[in-house]
Amino acid sequence: MDAIDRKIINNLQGGFPISERPYADAAKQLGITENVLIDRITQLLEQGMLSRFGPMYHAERLGGGLTLAALCVPEADFEEVAAQVNAFPEVAHNYARDHELNMWFVVATELPERIDEVISEIEAQTGLSVYNMPKQAEYYIGLQLKV
Amino acid sequence: MIELTIDVDDRRIIQATQTGLPLTPCPYHTIAEQLGLSADEVMGRLQRMLESGIIRRIGAVPNHYALGFKMNGMTVWDVPDEQVDDLGQGVGQLDFVSHCYCRPRHLPQWPYNLFAMVHARTQSQVEEQIQQIAELLGDFNRGHRTLYSTRILKKTGLRIGK
Repeated sequence: MDAIDRKIINNLQGGFPISERPYADAAKQLGITENVLIDRITQLLEQGMLSRFGPMYHAERLGGGLTLAALCVPEADFEEVAAQVNAFPEVAHNYARDHELNMWFVVATELPERIDEVISEIEAQTGLSVYNMPKQAEYYIGLQLKV
Repeated sequence: MIELTIDVDDRRIIQATQTGLPLTPCPYHTIAEQLGLSADEVMGRLQRMLESGIIRRIGAVPNHYALGFKMNGMTVWDVPDEQVDDLGQGVGQLDFVSHCYCRPRHLPQWPYNLFAMVHARTQSQVEEQIQQIAELLGDFNRGHRTLYSTRILKKTGLRIGK
């Protein structure tokens, strides 16, 4: 990664234009050409430095359900429970974390009412209580990652 | 912020763009061709979704881990309910916080109601960040923990707009 890549990452985490030639418009702001910008974004995506380039959608505003949930899983059953939880297509992410609540996962559903069903099904299959922690408020995120 | 309901064509645009914009000089025209819409229609709908908050922003989504921010901690705090919104706004402004939410407690096992995700290159930087949050919360901080992820068990992108 060089100075141009850093400039792109630091300045283009938002505000990409909706216009006829958006890469050309954004490139002008950065003092580079349209071709260079497109090539650099392509490379940053291929290298995995960017996970995506485009619109970031607000999942709940699209009418779906979304929650964060946790389980307290006995160590001996950890792999089995992970497999049970991961088998739900509605489970988008699942992380092991260092706490008594040692499994944390995100449930995303097309219909909001499906969240409670998935949680009940996970409880029935695992025999464990799910700690459901849907967000009650989201706070404005001011600044962006600087590299 | 205006409320906006999305229709079938909006959903098709969401599906076509949620994994990224085409890397072509006229990406909105490329999408329009794929969907059989006019480019003005695509741009107009994206603009409306951006203004109404359905699109949070358009641009580069960095991969924190690949960029060297290998330490990520889920910091969780127990603060009074009456102050959580004010405090959350403040914590959300810190440049190393990528997400900041209020979530329900589950007493007695889980007393924490304010969640802030932090990212850094080293463990000691994460500890400094936690200290900065603690200073900002002051006496309202009645207890906190930092949960580090020890393993990714599943990671599929959120797929929406089906």
